Amino acid sequence: MIKPIMIKAWFKSGTPWIWLNAAAVSACLIMVVAVLGLVLVRGVGHFWPSGVLEFSYQEKDGQIKTLIGEHVDTSITPAAMAKSNGYTMADNEDTLVQYLIKVGNRDITGTDFRWIVERDIKQQQSPDDLLVVERREWGNFYGRLVAVKEGGKLIAEGSAAFPAAQDRIAQALVVFKQIAHLEKKEVGAINYSLDQLRLEQKRLQLENRWDTAAEQRIAAEKAELEIDYKKYQIQLSELYKQIRRDSLVTKTESGTELEIPLAKIVRIFQPNTMSLIDKICHYGEKIIEFLTDDPREANTEGGIFPAIFGTVMMVIMMSIIVTPFGVIAAVYLREYAKQGFLTRLIRIAVNNLAGVPSIVYGVFGLGFFVYILGGNIDQLFFPESSPAPVYGTPGLLWASITLALLTLPVVIVSTEEGLARIPSSIREGSLALGATKLETLWLTVLPMASPAMMTGLILAVARAAGEVAPLMLVGVVKLAPTLPLDGNYPFLHLDRKFMHLGFHIYDVGFQSPNVEAARPLVYATALLLVLVIVGLNMSAIIIRNNLREKYRALEG
Amino acid sequence: MTAQQSRTHSIDMSSVLRAKKDTGEPLETCIKVENLNLFYGAKQALHNVNMEMPKKKVTAYIGPSGCGKSTLLRCINRMNDLVDSVTIEGQILLDNENIYAKSVNVAALRRRVGMVFQKPNPFPKSIFENVAYGLRIQGVNDKRILEETVENALRGAALWDEMKDRLDDNALGMSGGQQQRLVIARAIAIEPEVLLLDEPASALDPISTLKIEELINELKEKYTIVIVTHNMQQAARVSDFTAFMYMGELIEMGTTSELFTNPTKKQTEDYITGRYG
Repeated sequence: MIKPIMIKAWFKSGTPWIWLNAAAVSACLIMVVAVLGLVLVRGVGHFWPSGVLEFSYQEKDGQIKTLIGEHVDTSITPAAMAKSNGYTMADNEDTLVQYLIKVGNRDITGTDFRWIVERDIKQQQSPDDLLVVERREWGNFYGRLVAVKEGGKLIAEGSAAFPAAQDRIAQALVVFKQIAHLEKKEVGAINYSLDQLRLEQKRLQLENRWDTAAEQRIAAEKAELEIDYKKYQIQLSELYKQIRRDSLVTKTESGTELEIPLAKIVRIFQPNTMSLIDKICHYGEKIIEFLTDDPREANTEGGIFPAIFGTVMMVIMMSIIVTPFGVIAAVYLREYAKQGFLTRLIRIAVNNLAGVPSIVYGVFGLGFFVYILGGNIDQLFFPESSPAPVYGTPGLLWASITLALLTLPVVIVSTEEGLARIPSSIREGSLALGATKLETLWLTVLPMASPAMMTGLILAVARAAGEVAPLMLVGVVKLAPTLPLDGNYPFLHLDRKFMHLGFHIYDVGFQSPNVEAARPLVYATALLLVLVIVGLNMSAIIIRNNLREKYRALEG
Repeated sequence: MTAQQSRTHSIDMSSVLRAKKDTGEPLETCIKVENLNLFYGAKQALHNVNMEMPKKKVTAYIGPSGCGKSTLLRCINRMNDLVDSVTIEGQILLDNENIYAKSVNVAALRRRVGMVFQKPNPFPKSIFENVAYGLRIQGVNDKRILEETVENALRGAALWDEMKDRLDDNALGMSGGQQQRLVIARAIAIEPEVLLLDEPASALDPISTLKIEELINELKEKYTIVIVTHNMQQAARVSDFTAFMYMGELIEMGTTSELFTNPTKKQTEDYITGRYG
């Protein structure tokens, strides 16, 4: 029997306190692991090629139909609920089992997914010849391969069709890459130059410097570009002819034949015949595609490279802006300003800035940076492009500045803490050697405070990279046609809009016309966002640790 | 007014200097403190201090904690300017120039008056860069000059033989005694005229203390040294002149041997015989 006195002693010993702390830590850990685990499993699993099934399925009207598709999800509904949902349930049935099947062929059936009831499945098998075609439009195609055609002429049929089709697709992909390169890089550059010429002409006209010399020069440059453009146009039409020549003839579940041009195909595979190694290769390919390609089909297919690029770019820009500002402000507050009521007030204000909801920053960014600042910049420096705005519209620069503002308090506070931690003996040592205050700051104090600055930057990066709400107002879009960094002078286009992983998650998950198809991508993108933030933070932490090692006086 | 007067002790410096002159050495005044009053806010920390410190001699300040000896020392290179609330009246003459005059460049003054603090405060840089720091801020970047100066300074601080192979190591890896000698080397690398030592050995073990004391003996050949110490034996060992301070006032100053054997003031006698402090 436990006596009360023992319980009292137990409480006094502090053991329950330790248990409480341990429980809190465990709860935190479990939550972190659960979040990451969920994201990891759902996100990473999406790219694994699952088998394709063929069902004989009895529709509600009693007809028996064939369905081909991938099993995606299972739902088990209790009988009572199923009844209320309009299903007739036999007395011995406790539950209604339903499967979510990805049937694809959106161009034919109108939907990508459908729920089927388990008890109405008459037969289920996974034949080897089932084919999955990843298309550039209309989502996946599920069915059977009939033949391969070259310019309308049959070249392979039956069992020879699949290898021939794969060959042709490999060739077509090479051509497709060439087309993409030509269109994006070369023709894109020409279009960009033409646009610049147009703007230059307008600018000269506005400045009243438009004379025959200028006219001739611009006309000559334009003509040159036109010649280049024609050249690429010929190349392109040649390539298009090449890629449009071949097509696959396929048969859907219901037996209708469908001809799919190779130009519309990303890859084909027969998942039921794939070995483990094939699957691993396929998986790797899909992951690489996800990381390096542009999105397709309203962001529900393809890669998210522009979003990764945009996120990293924005965070780097933000760091470049916030670090000097924060450090200078902190140095002034700590080293130069007289410590009094006013500095205390400023500190309180800075700390409170950190508590302002981020969307408020977005509103401020849009109202002040974009419309007032950007609008004035446009009027002053880019009158030629009016009425189209250059900086007077949301873009990378304004997003970075808005986030820099948002993270400024973090940098100021931690830099100030770092400065305060530097022992006065070090400053005195430097001053006693005849250094001025500025020299002391530059040569000893700031280097020694640099780990603290990095800590501030790490916190800033962690916050900025995950921030979405303000970005929606000041520069993020669901699909950006061009990256903010490219080969066209001046290379870094701060006025461009960009894509962002955080916004991509929201857009794909909740704004997409095809939510079922997009859901796994939400997890995959979330995982990637976490990885990007971890990566950015890790690099900052490594830099900080190096600095700490160098200036370890603080600990000593 | 009467209170102010009663606090003022006039010390006949010329007799102090004359006493030393009898030994045959010519003495020249390096630092002269005149009517120095110092206030931290409303609190007065130094009361009308007048003293002279001869060139190339060691002058020690002794006295109980809080008596103002460090404050007085820090006035000589204007370190007290860093304290926001400080007010200083009177003047300090270094080679007959008032260092509190408006025209004085404080950084330049501190190059002439080096200082070593109670706790060793090397910068978190290499040993070489620590010693070269003073030169670098003067814009000296010639590698040959730097190397030569660093070697001389380290030799001057009796560190060269220990450290010549470790010049690129971080100074923070050195022992406390080595760090303090490094700081002295750093101070003498810019060849000051005066070296102010603020309890330089109080954080060190006896062996390191001994080394620092030996070093002070060598350094006085070239520099005017002012040392603050708690330790009366140390003052007796290393200094030529000793000033006893109490409650912000200079009570008595004289040659070290005289002050310790034959103090004229009762407070001094009480202190050095250990009756208080």
